[in-house]
Amino acid sequence: MQSPLRLERRLTQPKWLNWGVPLLSLLGALILGGIVLFATGKNPISVYARIVERGFASTDAFSRTLISATPFAFTGLAASVAFRMGLINIGGEGQLYLGTIGAAFAGIAFQDQPTAVIIATMIIFGMLFGGAWAAIVGILKAKFSTNEIITSLMLNYVAAIFLDYLIFNSSSYWRDPKSYGFPTGKRLTKNAYWNDISIGSIEIPFGFVVAVVAAVIVWFLYNRTRFGYEVGVIASSPNAARYAGIRARWKIITVMALSGALAGLGGASDVGDFRHVLDAKGVQISGYGYTGIVVAALARLNPLSAIFVAVFLGGLSNAGYALQGPDFPSGLVGTLQGLILFTAVAGEILTRYRIKRQNTIADGVIV
Amino acid sequence: MNNNILIIILASGVFYGTPLFFAALGELFTERSGVLNLGVEGMMLMGGVSAVWASQHIPGTSWFVVLCSILIGAFAGALVAALHAFLCVTLRTNQTVAGLSITIFAGALGLSSYFANVWDVASETVKHPIRILNPGGLADTPIVGPILFHQTILTYLSWVLCVLSVVYLFRTRTGLKLRSVGESPQTADAVGINVAKYRYIHTILGGALAGVGGTYYSLTIVPQWVDGVTKGAGWIAIALVIFGFWRPDLTLLGAYLFGALQSLGLTLKSRNIQINGSILDAMPFIMTVLVLVIVSGGWAHKRLRAPASLGVPYEREER
Repeated sequence: MQSPLRLERRLTQPKWLNWGVPLLSLLGALILGGIVLFATGKNPISVYARIVERGFASTDAFSRTLISATPFAFTGLAASVAFRMGLINIGGEGQLYLGTIGAAFAGIAFQDQPTAVIIATMIIFGMLFGGAWAAIVGILKAKFSTNEIITSLMLNYVAAIFLDYLIFNSSSYWRDPKSYGFPTGKRLTKNAYWNDISIGSIEIPFGFVVAVVAAVIVWFLYNRTRFGYEVGVIASSPNAARYAGIRARWKIITVMALSGALAGLGGASDVGDFRHVLDAKGVQISGYGYTGIVVAALARLNPLSAIFVAVFLGGLSNAGYALQGPDFPSGLVGTLQGLILFTAVAGEILTRYRIKRQNTIADGVIV
Repeated sequence: MNNNILIIILASGVFYGTPLFFAALGELFTERSGVLNLGVEGMMLMGGVSAVWASQHIPGTSWFVVLCSILIGAFAGALVAALHAFLCVTLRTNQTVAGLSITIFAGALGLSSYFANVWDVASETVKHPIRILNPGGLADTPIVGPILFHQTILTYLSWVLCVLSVVYLFRTRTGLKLRSVGESPQTADAVGINVAKYRYIHTILGGALAGVGGTYYSLTIVPQWVDGVTKGAGWIAIALVIFGFWRPDLTLLGAYLFGALQSLGLTLKSRNIQINGSILDAMPFIMTVLVLVIVSGGWAHKRLRAPASLGVPYEREER
């Protein structure tokens, strides 16, 4: 079982790795995806060409890509802020659902107010709902040291059931009482819509602008403030943090709540920019939260890079919707995302190790 | 007597708990070797979709097709697990991220759904589902019969596996070596145990068992292919290993408890007992959280804890 190759720790990190590794990862993912496509009787080149065409190649396509990219940007930011403290929050999905619930509530309750007030309350309620949902995980982790990976994930399922309950199994505040047959949520009035901002012929969703602002704030928080510094200390050395008097438990709860608030904001943007209704099924099949993990990993937890990665994955996802059909089966986008994540994870290894051929004879003597 | 509601709840606990046990037992072996596998959900779904494909395309008598489908489901799970082992053992990547990528790659929105589309397996019901098997008329014994012996071959197999794994882990030399790899790979390496080999084998074995668990969903419970048919069972399986303190016997009991919880809604509904379905649906997930809270603190955690090197890549140079 001895592998012919071995890994040797790098003592220095050459400059080319910073751009070389992500680029190689992406190339690797495209090749692996090509193999999957080829093996299932598709032409990889034409599939990729159509993804580029429908995702990025026209201003119209790019505008739609930005709509898909907005929730990814938020969930990517949400995952990044938690991962940077070593908190593996994979509950972005459920936190985003709660954000849609909060934002839809505000959108319905304040529908007679001016648009600016409605948008502000939608943002606030989205963040509050998402943040509170994530804080449950943080409190459990801080008080009982439960594994946050599993608790955050379990709460995704609970949130999904709650979302279904509000629309399908109850006559809740969110459900449209006039919807017979297939129940739907109450539609928001036009003045609760988040308007796009046009630059040339590209429509930029308002939520995307909020995401960029949020990314800058997160960057500032983590790189320029005492809070961010302390988070960094906890992540790299919990003991040092304890000696320095940093209250790690309180930080766990705060960071989880912040992470959930960002995911919740993503939910608010999805309601405000795009759906204008609490769409229980639609938001669940999108898998925004899970994609956020891919965004964070590819962006190497940098909030500013997360925006660019989100646009890239948004394009992939948007092309997936546009092309869905016999030639472009559903599941392909998730497969490609997974492959990109694999190669990004595997590529990370190149920044730490160099690959060498195993010296089997010497090794044999030791074993 | 046999329609007593308690008997039905217990019987469905065993019925719905069986796939959870297969997946959890697999995860248990993997974790005992020191590898954390968060890709169980993806491995179950890949096993499930491959088994449906096999069931629709392999010619032959029913039992032969069923056998082949189970083996192919196990093989598909093992294949995905081999990828995980490569990432975690050979490349020494972060095991959490590697496992998550497996689930995103293979999961409900990924490769399992892609294959289901390409192979067109969802359009018809399964021709050869895994049926209930009454071993030697045992199902007709009162009380015990309907609970334990009105089950499929996989349930009976799972009991054999449970006993074998307790013996393997705690009564054999290889099992001792496996546990030492999970506790302290440095020490294991020093006495000449091939750490990488143990981790590869038990990760792949874990994937195969997860694949069988997925097969149970697509060939017994539903039995038809639906994208994401396991609905989070893989994650519950991971929690079950913690719940069972990394012991197969306790994990089996936990699986039946969660199986009963999962099916409680259906059971009560069939008895026309009015209760909010959403709360019942959410119960297994809420219970998992509560169970984690209980076992994470207190004496249980100190006495029966996780393998010490769980989730830590082993780097020989840094011994």
